[in-house]
Amino acid sequence: MKQSIFKLSSLSHKVIMALAGLFLMLFLCTHLLTNLLMLTGDSSAFDQAVQFLSTNPIIKVVEYVLFAAFILHIIFGIVVWLSNNKARPVKYYVATGSETSYFSKFMIHTGLIIFVFLVIHLVNFFFVKLGLVAVPEYASNNHDFYAMAVVLFKDPLYSLIYVVCFIFLGFHLKHAFQSAFQTLGLNHDKYFPAIKVISTIYALVISIGFSLIPVYFYFFH
Amino acid sequence: MDIKLKIWRQKNASTKGKFENYELREVSPEMSFLEMLDYLNKQLIEGGKEPVTFEHDCREGICGTCGLYINGRPHGPATHTTTCELHMREFKDGETIIVEPWRSKAFPIIKDLAVDRSAFDKIMHAGGFVSIDTGSAREANAIPINKKISDRAFDAAVCIGCGACVAACKNSSAMLFVAAKVSQYAMLPQGKVEAADRVQRMVAKMDELGFGFCSNSYACEFDCPKGISVEFIAQMNREFLSAKLCSHKNH
Repeated sequence: MKQSIFKLSSLSHKVIMALAGLFLMLFLCTHLLTNLLMLTGDSSAFDQAVQFLSTNPIIKVVEYVLFAAFILHIIFGIVVWLSNNKARPVKYYVATGSETSYFSKFMIHTGLIIFVFLVIHLVNFFFVKLGLVAVPEYASNNHDFYAMAVVLFKDPLYSLIYVVCFIFLGFHLKHAFQSAFQTLGLNHDKYFPAIKVISTIYALVISIGFSLIPVYFYFFH
Repeated sequence: MDIKLKIWRQKNASTKGKFENYELREVSPEMSFLEMLDYLNKQLIEGGKEPVTFEHDCREGICGTCGLYINGRPHGPATHTTTCELHMREFKDGETIIVEPWRSKAFPIIKDLAVDRSAFDKIMHAGGFVSIDTGSAREANAIPINKKISDRAFDAAVCIGCGACVAACKNSSAMLFVAAKVSQYAMLPQGKVEAADRVQRMVAKMDELGFGFCSNSYACEFDCPKGISVEFIAQMNREFLSAKLCSHKNH
């Protein structure tokens, strides 16, 4: 839009958001697969994965791409939201009864919840690894994420917040996955219905997959 | 049937508007929505009051002039129907019907329910045409066009430019309108020549006029009286991306 600080067209904004979003969705898959190793019963498999991810030089590079994707997605999301708020200065008296993609209404809200979670998550784990936050006494070193996670998941409030945040992430992803394809022009009557189904399945897998871990540690470990 | 109306009244773009309540008796279910408003206006004029301003022209669903936001939906509750083709039988006896104008920064209110949609004209002026020398019409079959492609181009070309997509969109985005116009030209041989320039110019104009971003909510498709598919928005996104990536610097 004219008021955009980036001097990019509305479509370019959306394409950048979609590409960054798709990369983040790919990252979520690898993060989930790594985290699910915690359910194997002991920490060895998970620790090995953490060791690999912390030391592999390619992963180090990808980590910078990941930060860039997070920052771009968040900033552009806020710019889009601010611009859209200006596009209808006087609201309708009767709220629209025509919305067909319910979750798209709340992308900025679910996004904000995910952002708050991201900050908590970074403080609890990533900042410990970087040495910005002191290593808790129950962890053997700054990348003993298994011990850190187990203690956190024993806290009912933390586990509850964790699960609730992933439910909201699921809402965000349900709209986001298919929306990214539409934005990139990949909508075709032959395969778009399948993309919409995959969008729902992906949102459920990520949401339930991540939530299983605190539930397991709180109730069964 | 008897109905209650809650209608947005606003003297002009610079004054503040408000809802006015009216009661209308003996409304025929066979009346169109605009005929019902005519009936109301007749009573208002006879009572020495200012009639409600609303836009209308063909009254057969093809000109795109009429457009009212009725009970929370552009063009009212019926699917694939313009306001002029909406009939009072869609409403219940005794129902309160709330009528608002299109709400968008890009569509300022002229008076009451009439809005200025010249923003759409400005977008068309930016690229919604084919630059050819005028003259007598060519033989229609001289350029072979695949039937499926011509049908699809027609599916986009049925857009009447009423602005329901903007009115329905939570972001007041004009993407469905612009996408329909961009796609309609891009699919036909005459329009393909300027396709890359056209999409960039029309999108730039759309952004400049203050329409919002598309959030892929698809409310526009749901409320389009001509049922234009959001697949055309994806097509425009493709056209735009390829134009940005492939066109030369001076374009």
